[in-house]
Amino acid sequence: MFDLPLLTILTFAPLVGVICILFVRHEDPEVVATNARHVAAFVSSCVFLMSLMLWFTFDQTTADFQWVEKVTWMEDFGIAYHMGVDGISVLFVMLTTLLTPICIFASWNSIKDRVKEYMISFLILETFMIGMFCALDLFLFYIFFEAVLIPMFIIIGVWGGVRRVYAAFKLFLYTLLGSVLMLVAMLTMYYYAGTTNVLELMAYDFPIDVQKWMWLAFFASFAVKVPMWPVHTWLPDAHVEAPTAGSVILAGVLLKFGGYGFLRFSLPMMPEASLYFTPLIYTLSIVAVIYTSLVALAQEDMKKLIAYSSIAHMGFVTIGTFTLTTQGVEGAIYVMLSHGVVSAALFLVVGVVYDRIHTREISAYGGLVSRMPAYALTFMVFAMASVGLPGTGGFVGEILVLVGAFKANSWVAAFAATGVILGAAYTLYLYRRIIFGELTKENLMRIKDMDRREIAIFAPLLFITIWMGVYPSSFLDFIHVSVSHLLEQVNTSLAQSGMLELAGQ
Amino acid sequence: MIETILVFLPLIGSAIAGVIVFAGIGADKHRKHTLDLASQIVTCGGLLISALLAVLIFVDVGLHGNARTTELFTWIASGSFELSWALKVDTLTSVMMIVVCVVSAMVHVYSIGYMHHDPSVPRFMCYLSLFTFMMLMLITADNLVQMFFGWEGVGLASYLLIGFWYKKPSANAAAIKAFVVNRVGDFGFALGIFATFMMFDTIHLDTIFDAVPGQKDAILNVFGTDFHAMTIICLLLFVGAMGKSAQLGLHTWLPDAMEGPTPVSALIHAATMVTAGVFMVARLSPMFEYSDTALTVVTIVGASTAIFAATIGCVQNDIKRVIAYSTCSQLGYMFFACGVSAYSAGVFHLMTHGFFKALLFLGAGSVIHAMSDEQDMRKMGGIWKMIPVTYALMWIGSLALAGVPPFAGFFSKDIVLEAAYAAHSGAGNYAFIMGLLAALLTAFYSWRLLFMTFHGKPRCDETVLGHVHESPKVMILPLVVLAIGAVCAGYVPYSLFVGEGMGDFWGDAILILPSHPALENAHHVPALVKYSPLIVGAIGISTAWFLYIKRPDVPPMIAEKFQGIYLFVLNKWYFDELYDKIFVRPAFALGRGLWKGGDGALIDGCGPDGISSAVRIMARRVSALQTGYLYHYAFAMLIGIAALVSWYMFTKGA
Repeated sequence: MFDLPLLTILTFAPLVGVICILFVRHEDPEVVATNARHVAAFVSSCVFLMSLMLWFTFDQTTADFQWVEKVTWMEDFGIAYHMGVDGISVLFVMLTTLLTPICIFASWNSIKDRVKEYMISFLILETFMIGMFCALDLFLFYIFFEAVLIPMFIIIGVWGGVRRVYAAFKLFLYTLLGSVLMLVAMLTMYYYAGTTNVLELMAYDFPIDVQKWMWLAFFASFAVKVPMWPVHTWLPDAHVEAPTAGSVILAGVLLKFGGYGFLRFSLPMMPEASLYFTPLIYTLSIVAVIYTSLVALAQEDMKKLIAYSSIAHMGFVTIGTFTLTTQGVEGAIYVMLSHGVVSAALFLVVGVVYDRIHTREISAYGGLVSRMPAYALTFMVFAMASVGLPGTGGFVGEILVLVGAFKANSWVAAFAATGVILGAAYTLYLYRRIIFGELTKENLMRIKDMDRREIAIFAPLLFITIWMGVYPSSFLDFIHVSVSHLLEQVNTSLAQSGMLELAGQ
Repeated sequence: MIETILVFLPLIGSAIAGVIVFAGIGADKHRKHTLDLASQIVTCGGLLISALLAVLIFVDVGLHGNARTTELFTWIASGSFELSWALKVDTLTSVMMIVVCVVSAMVHVYSIGYMHHDPSVPRFMCYLSLFTFMMLMLITADNLVQMFFGWEGVGLASYLLIGFWYKKPSANAAAIKAFVVNRVGDFGFALGIFATFMMFDTIHLDTIFDAVPGQKDAILNVFGTDFHAMTIICLLLFVGAMGKSAQLGLHTWLPDAMEGPTPVSALIHAATMVTAGVFMVARLSPMFEYSDTALTVVTIVGASTAIFAATIGCVQNDIKRVIAYSTCSQLGYMFFACGVSAYSAGVFHLMTHGFFKALLFLGAGSVIHAMSDEQDMRKMGGIWKMIPVTYALMWIGSLALAGVPPFAGFFSKDIVLEAAYAAHSGAGNYAFIMGLLAALLTAFYSWRLLFMTFHGKPRCDETVLGHVHESPKVMILPLVVLAIGAVCAGYVPYSLFVGEGMGDFWGDAILILPSHPALENAHHVPALVKYSPLIVGAIGISTAWFLYIKRPDVPPMIAEKFQGIYLFVLNKWYFDELYDKIFVRPAFALGRGLWKGGDGALIDGCGPDGISSAVRIMARRVSALQTGYLYHYAFAMLIGIAALVSWYMFTKGA
């Protein structure tokens, strides 16, 4: 039915761009830079346009994987090049293809050194990210999952701020540590099930004792990516040092790897262990929500503040995922999607003034609304979305997660909901210090409002944020069937092992 | 259809005004003036049409009983958590629509004059209309989540309008405070929604109402404890109402909200938004009716707020703050009316209060306008002859507030107090006594305000006094409309709201169980109870006359004599200081501590940084062993061999 290898095209089209950019050679570095920019923008935009095909042709009535491609790769080990998307992953692919061109346009003027290499890094990053969400083979997944680190490491380490090397290494070491454990767990899986096919692994019943160890090993990797408290400290550093576009991808897409991993691997493959460790997840998530919200309140650096708020939001994702309720899981996915758009936008918002004043110190700003009304409005919308105001994308996910959590454990919902109060406090406090007040600082007197390019970057994000808040069905309809299939699967195997009463269903 | 137009006109107006804001950037004076005018015409026009439609709907729905719900489109659907954007119009909604649209329209028109000198008129009009839209979404909700949407939406508009003069640090602080304190209330509201959903598996109001009687004794296990389901649900929802309606404990944001322009105070912080909590309790009467505990809590909180806020109102010197505390106190009346199951009396008082409080606020605005933006009553006085129309209108407002017949407040306050008395319960009696005392204080502070502002010797300086002038027609006209409301809104609809006609009028909008007959009995209370509010009102007014006209030297003496009490009340019972000490400061301190200590020292110190420095130290030590002298290595080898041999011997030997 699907003849076009759409997912392969989406995944590897950016590499075509990379090859084109590699061929750009000229004595004048300006010419090289301009060409690289244009090629990257063209390729990533094309990828986005092609990904719209997914949006329009995706069959929302089935939980089966779609656009499946399978080619035997390493026959002796049963490893295949196996791609496909279902309702859980398809929107993440869309998110990636949307954010990449936005990143490239956002870096248009702010990156001046090594533009060629920068654009190459982003295109490679896009390939790996799309591949990660589409991979249906354990081995393939692992390759993409890990490979993402390389361009990210380079983006932070080369184009980052003053402490970029420290931040890059911290990111690398944290993630690597988790990944090594995950690799061990994957080998164990292969050892037991004799296959690397994700679909077959989902159907395989692993012994409960083994599950627990495997779960912990996967958890090590996903928890770092999410990130969950207390393995979150790499994130604020990475965000602060990363260039704007790096932060956008980091917050917008990379953080979702963890949540996606829980949904794709931990829940369906290790349901008993997931249930067993649910209290651990709840505890860590609640600590994350409250702890990081309080820390955000005390921040003096804009990017760090938003980074900490990201951790708090991702706490909602992990809570929702493990409630094992329809609302909780759908809410978790929705929080990831809306956070992908909103936090990305917030980092871009910071980037706008950083490009002008070159500092992220909150105290260096104040009274910007007087000279930058369009900027103030943009910032306000995304701040409100981050706070979870009804009518924005942030609200829908949060309320679904909390509804699910309340059913599963009302204390969890109550503690998590305190994060909503604190979220309002730190976000509005940040907004006030930057936007409101008297414009007194000398270097802000001549600051310019957003130009056309910047408005064009924000316009789609604004539109999507409101759309997600007012008519979320457009997005939720993709998710429904796959989530109910996932929960059915989990509940069936829990019922078989007699643990269903524990789940409270 | 007609309600769809009514609700969305303000949104369209707001959007157009928003576009005008950006069109006006960098415009010259003439063009800017045109744009200002355009934004005023669009938003005022929209609101006036909406107000007209509100009357039509009131006739159709309220008087002819055509209650209905229009579903627009699906909002959120996830499993059984399903809800739509919908416009539910019944009698309760139509009454609220009248209050919201009429007051809002008047405030819009008034703002043309009041904000005349302000450089950002379109932005102001945009926010006002946005607020009105959100408020209408709140009152037309047919499910709890849409109500929550309107609830938070009006919170946003309130935040934007309190902080409208964004250059003032105090305005910014007040705006954040309003939003965050409301969020605390919303936290309870949200948990209430979740509990409702857990109990009934739906959040659609009518479905819940149908299911409640069957579940009236149900037990709900939340927070590890078994609660009577309806009690815990209603109490959680009521926390939301307390936040929005500034009830005791969550009231601290309302007086600070007076940092916003005065029309905002009139519209949002007196007539409409703050009454949302009362609306919620009335709307959810089919739920509250099944929990006597929750109703008792509502009664006690309302009664306590009524007296608490009234005491503070008596000593404030800022004209707007006096009225703000008065609002707080009157909201308490509405709540305890609902608490004794006299919901329609509560809504009745909500409506009359909407008119006369908006009138008072706008009148105060007119005074402030005349006094060159002076708000301190100690610097006013003796100006009544210069602004006679405003003076007369303020009198009407105060008479209505103090409950003097035949003004609107008389009818509504009377029925509220009578219902509290007729409830014949402990909480009802408490509410009656507190309400009566508060009525005394209300009369006192209202006339204290009138006397300090308008009478006595002028206490302002010459230049200000020279500028004192009556407000333009565009400001006076809305005041007159509201004054008509303040005069007529009590007597005219009395029998519909709380008299013989109330059964037919309210229809299914409000449920009162036969076991809660307070409102029925209210019409048969002893004469003394009936006249007591009048008597205390008279005492209050004469005390104010004695203290501020006859013997103005006495109040300072009293303040000195009872300095402790005076300071306690003047400082608003030290709520702000308390919250600052136990919430605000600790939160910031904790945040800093967790950041530097938790993330910095502990996690990073023991984690990546600690390990990397440990590795570095180890490497340095180990490398120090590499001396390069052959005999050092030989010695080390010798030790190794010795250790190996002895280990071998011991283990073999054993």
